[in-house]
Amino acid sequence: MSFSTGARRLVGLSLSRSSWIPSRGANTSSKTLSSLSRLSTRQQDLIRKRDITSCSVVQPLRSENKVVVNFINRDGEKITVKASPGDTLLDVVVEQDLDFDGYGACEGTLACSTCHLIFEEETYKQLGPISDEEMDMLDLAYGLTDTSRLGCQICLTKDLDGMTVRVPESSADIRQSDGSA
Amino acid sequence: MRIIKRSFLFMPSLLQASRCHSAPSSPAWRLFSAVASSPKVCIVGGGPAGYYTAQHLLKARSDMVVDIYERLPVPFGLVRFGVAPDHPEVKNVINTFTQTAQHKRCSFFGNVSIGTDVSVEELKKAYHAVVLSYGAEGNRLMGVPGEDLAGVFSARDFVGWYNGLPSNKELQPDLSCETAVVLGQGNVALDVARILLSPLDFLKKTDITQQALKSLRESRVRRVLIVGRRGPLQIACTIKEVREMINLPETNADMLPGDFEDIAEALKDLPRPRKRLTELMLKTVKVDDGQKANKQWGFRFLRSPLKVLSDRDGKKVAGIRLAVNKLEGSGEDARALPTGQTQDLECGLLISSIGYKSLPIDPSVPFDPHTSTVPNDMGRVSHTAGLYCSGWVKRGPTGVIATTMNDSFETARILLKDVESGALELSSNKAGAQEITSLLQTRGVRPVSFSEWEKINLEEVRRGEVLEKPREKVLDVKEMLDIAWS
Repeated sequence: MSFSTGARRLVGLSLSRSSWIPSRGANTSSKTLSSLSRLSTRQQDLIRKRDITSCSVVQPLRSENKVVVNFINRDGEKITVKASPGDTLLDVVVEQDLDFDGYGACEGTLACSTCHLIFEEETYKQLGPISDEEMDMLDLAYGLTDTSRLGCQICLTKDLDGMTVRVPESSADIRQSDGSA
Repeated sequence: MRIIKRSFLFMPSLLQASRCHSAPSSPAWRLFSAVASSPKVCIVGGGPAGYYTAQHLLKARSDMVVDIYERLPVPFGLVRFGVAPDHPEVKNVINTFTQTAQHKRCSFFGNVSIGTDVSVEELKKAYHAVVLSYGAEGNRLMGVPGEDLAGVFSARDFVGWYNGLPSNKELQPDLSCETAVVLGQGNVALDVARILLSPLDFLKKTDITQQALKSLRESRVRRVLIVGRRGPLQIACTIKEVREMINLPETNADMLPGDFEDIAEALKDLPRPRKRLTELMLKTVKVDDGQKANKQWGFRFLRSPLKVLSDRDGKKVAGIRLAVNKLEGSGEDARALPTGQTQDLECGLLISSIGYKSLPIDPSVPFDPHTSTVPNDMGRVSHTAGLYCSGWVKRGPTGVIATTMNDSFETARILLKDVESGALELSSNKAGAQEITSLLQTRGVRPVSFSEWEKINLEEVRRGEVLEKPREKVLDVKEMLDIAWS
C-alpha cells in the first residue's frame, strides 16, 4: 500500500522521532489508518485521490518483485535503488535516505513542488494521468520540462522497472508570488 | 513488515554528513582539523528562512552549532502566522523544522528581541557568524488619503488576526458590510478573500482562531472584489489560489468579460504557468451562467487606489476611489499608467494587500531603504564580515516557501564556503549562547527554549481537541510564557 509519506511522518512525529516501525504491505497498518483520521478532510481526500488515481495496482510485497529506479542527482551522480511497487517516488527517496536537499517539503500533500522529477520521454508516457492540482504545483517548479512530474504522485509499477529520473537543480521558483503559500 | 529507516527527511542526511566529514581522506577534513573552535552561528528569526538555513548548516558540518533567536515565544514565523488556516498541508514543513530544532547542536531562544534585548554587535561578538532571517514585518502603504479610516486594514494585520498573531488579537474587524475590497492580487489577497467567503463548517475545522471564527460567523460580507493595478496577464497570484476561489461553494465568480477581450490571442505565446493561469480565468469568465449565487468574488483590473472614501461622519470607510489605468508595454514588464479617469467602488471593508517590506533591525546593519532589504551578495551581507542573511530580508517579500528554502540553502552554502576558505574567522573561540544568555539574564529577559515551546504546543493541541480543531492558538504573549514556564 502506498499511504502517504505525509501521513506516516505525522505519525512519526506524534510518536517521537526514533522508535516507530510502521507495518506495511498485506496487513494494512492500523497506525497509518488511525493517523489518517487525524488529518484534515482535505488531506485525507488528497491521499485517497492519489491512491485511486495513480496507485490502483497494489502488488504483493516480495523481494523478487522489486523495481529498480535510477536517480540522477543534482550533481549528475547516478544512484540506483530497489524499491517496492506501490510506493511513490517520494516514498522511495525518504525510505532509501536519498540526500536530495529539501525534497518533499510538504510531505506528499500536493502543496509544494519540491519533489519535482524529470522523466525520460518513454517513461513519462507510461505514467498515470496528471491532475490539475499536480499541474498547478508543477507550474511553480524550477526548471519545468515537458516530462516533469511530482515524485509524490508517481507510484511504482513493475512496468517502470529500470527507469531513470533526474532530480532538477533547485533554485528559486520562476514565478514570483507575494509570499503566502 | 519492513523497517523504514527514517521517518524524517533530516536525520539520515545528518548521519551522512558526519560520515563524510569524519573521513580523514577528505581535503575538507584536513582544513577543519587545523582550527580549534567549532563554528558557532546564530540566526535571527525562527521562521522558515531561519530553520531552512539552520537545517543546511547542521547537515553540512558535524561540528556546527546553530542557535536561533526569535522575538515571540513561539517558533515558525509565517508558517504559523501567515499560511492560511485552510492550507494545513503547507504547514507540514513544521515537522522538518521541529527535527532541526530538536537536533542536539541546535537551540531555540524564543522571547528574545534582537535589536532591543540584544544588539547585533553583541551577537557578532558571541558568534563566528550571524544570519539575519527576520523576514518582513512592515507593510507597503497605499500612500493615499483616508488610509487611516476605520475599516481599512493591511492584509498583514488581517491575516495576523485570523491566524492568532498576538499583536493583532485586538483587531476586531467590522464585517457587517456587504462588499469588501482587497487591493492587490497576490496570494495573500486571495487568502483574505477566500477566508472571508469560505463556509464556516469548513473553517471551523482548521486552526483559525475562535475569535476570528466568531466574527466570521456574524459576517455579512457577501462580495469580495480583488483589485489590481495591471491586467489579467500580470496577475501576481498562483493558479492554486485562483482554483480555490473558483471552487468555493455557493460562490460565483463575478468577472468583467471586457477585461479579457484581447487576452485569448496572447495565450499561445505565454510560458506554461502563465498560460494555464490565464486559461483558468478565461474559463471562469465564460462559465457565467447568469445564476446568482449567495456570494460573489471577482477580479477588477487596471485600477490603482487614489483615495479612501469615508462615510458621512468621516470616520469609517465607505468606498475607494480608483484611478483607471492602461498598460504600457506587454507581458510581465508592462507598466500601469493612469488614463485620468476614475471609478468609485463602494465597500465597508478595505484590505490593502500590496506587499510586505523588511525593516532595519540595528544601526550597525546595512539596509537599503529603496528595496527594503539588507544589501547582500547571495546572502553575504555587503561590507560586513561574519554577517549573512536569508529569506525575505535577503531578496524581498516574494515567493512561496520553497523559494525561501532554496534561498536559505544558498546562504548556508555561502557561509560554509567562507568557513572552508578561511574568509570566516574561526581561530578564536566564541562563547555563543552562553555569553548571550548571561547578557539576557542581566537585562531581565528570560528566553523560551524549544522544549518550553513544546509545552505551549501541547496545550494548544489540547485546546484544539475540545473544539475538534488541529489546535487553538494562544493569543497572548503573557499566557504563552505562563504555559512555557509552568
